[in-house]
Amino acid sequence: MIRVKNLDKAFYGKSVLTDISVEFEPGITTLIIGQSGSGKTVLLKSIVGLYDIDKGEIWYEDTLFNKLAFADKKKIRSEIGMLFQGSALFDSLTVEQNVRFPLDMFTEKSPEEKSDRLNFCLKRVNIINANSLFPSELSGGMKKRVAIARAISLNPKYLFCDEPNSGLDPVTAIVIDELIRELTEEYSMTTIVNTHDMNSVMEIGEKIVFISEGRKCWEGDKNEVLNSDCKPLNDFVFANSLAKKIKADAG
Amino acid sequence: MIRFLTQVGLYFQFLKKVFSKPEKASVYYRQTMTEFVSLGLTSVGIISIVSFFMGAVITLQTAYNTENPIYPTYLIGLGCRDSIILEFSSTVAALILAGKVGSNIAGEIGTMRTEQIDALEIMGINSASYLVLPKIIATLLFNPILTLISISIGIFGGWAAGTLSGVVTSENFIYGIQYAFIPYYITYSLIKTLFFAFIITSVSSFQGYYVNGGSLEVGRSSTKAVVYSSVLILMFNVILTQLLLS
Repeated sequence: MIRVKNLDKAFYGKSVLTDISVEFEPGITTLIIGQSGSGKTVLLKSIVGLYDIDKGEIWYEDTLFNKLAFADKKKIRSEIGMLFQGSALFDSLTVEQNVRFPLDMFTEKSPEEKSDRLNFCLKRVNIINANSLFPSELSGGMKKRVAIARAISLNPKYLFCDEPNSGLDPVTAIVIDELIRELTEEYSMTTIVNTHDMNSVMEIGEKIVFISEGRKCWEGDKNEVLNSDCKPLNDFVFANSLAKKIKADAG
Repeated sequence: MIRFLTQVGLYFQFLKKVFSKPEKASVYYRQTMTEFVSLGLTSVGIISIVSFFMGAVITLQTAYNTENPIYPTYLIGLGCRDSIILEFSSTVAALILAGKVGSNIAGEIGTMRTEQIDALEIMGINSASYLVLPKIIATLLFNPILTLISISIGIFGGWAAGTLSGVVTSENFIYGIQYAFIPYYITYSLIKTLFFAFIITSVSSFQGYYVNGGSLEVGRSSTKAVVYSSVLILMFNVILTQLLLS
């Protein structure tokens, strides 16, 4: 479990996140939604420790993460997998080398064991016969799946996904969403997904946190999100004409 | 001025991060071997070509500017040897490498800035050390070899140009390159090369590592890497010459 308490973050005196408190439970996919620029990515990067926070606390189980030194954070970081918006695969490495990288860095497994593990992870995300390809030779959806394979290669306890569907067609986006949800349940991971894609919300939104202008405005699940009385959330959810029409038709 | 001092401070903080204890020696070793090829071996061609023609030009220039019966022609070989060992193969070759290797390093690390460096940090890897230390080690080990290659090919280029153009006989040229030879000049050249290798790699990596922005900024960082490295090379050339030859 990850707990964030009263988190504040500002850049050059400009507040980006204010008084954010939220809990992320294991085995559940929690979606952080909000408009572009609302502070979702800053929140995610603060939780994983890429940004130092100005105020508040970030707890990984019983460890106060934000007070740890870089070296002490390593243990927790080895339990974190992260999927970036642009996949963040290393361009100079092949698919196989990308997935093998954390195994080389953090395990003492034999080359055969590493190969077994990386092939298992690639198979789990349905990447077959692409071990020797470079990221530049992959489609957007394949890159995301390879990035997921790399993120789960060390069997992480925590999985962070920043806009996993950006740049993907709706069908591929659903495949990625389903994969994240399945892996979360399968390995009982604490999964946090940043998105502004309402399809993802309706597909895998077991728990949803809505951020607006750097503040947490609403928290609930996908069944509640359409009937909320939170105005900024309604403005966000029913922003496009199709959603507005469906809402109007439903009375 | 404050901006300059901030950059200098940031550079030394960066170096401290680079030289912290590696996470896993075997991975760093493998990475160093990769850099050995990408930064060292791939530079052999350009250094060889440039050295050959520079040696040739130095020989011809020396011959045409010392056309005097008082001067023995073997001095052409001596002039070619000393020019190449003392300045060309260390300083001019370093300037060429600043252009080739420096822009390559800044561009490579700069494009990783967006997410790949974050990915390394999240895994708990010291990204500065992982990305830069193998490059520094590889260039510190390989650039002296490049310098020795450059010296050999440069002198060969001088011999080829001198004998083919007829400004000096083969015997006189070879006598000249052996005449009053001071072995310390090779040491001096190699010491300079080590300093220059460190400057090129660390300054270029620093420029790439702190890129802020998109492709335009990455391009600018590559330019800055080359310019700053070149200026520092020329500056340190003066300092080292004074310290080592005085």
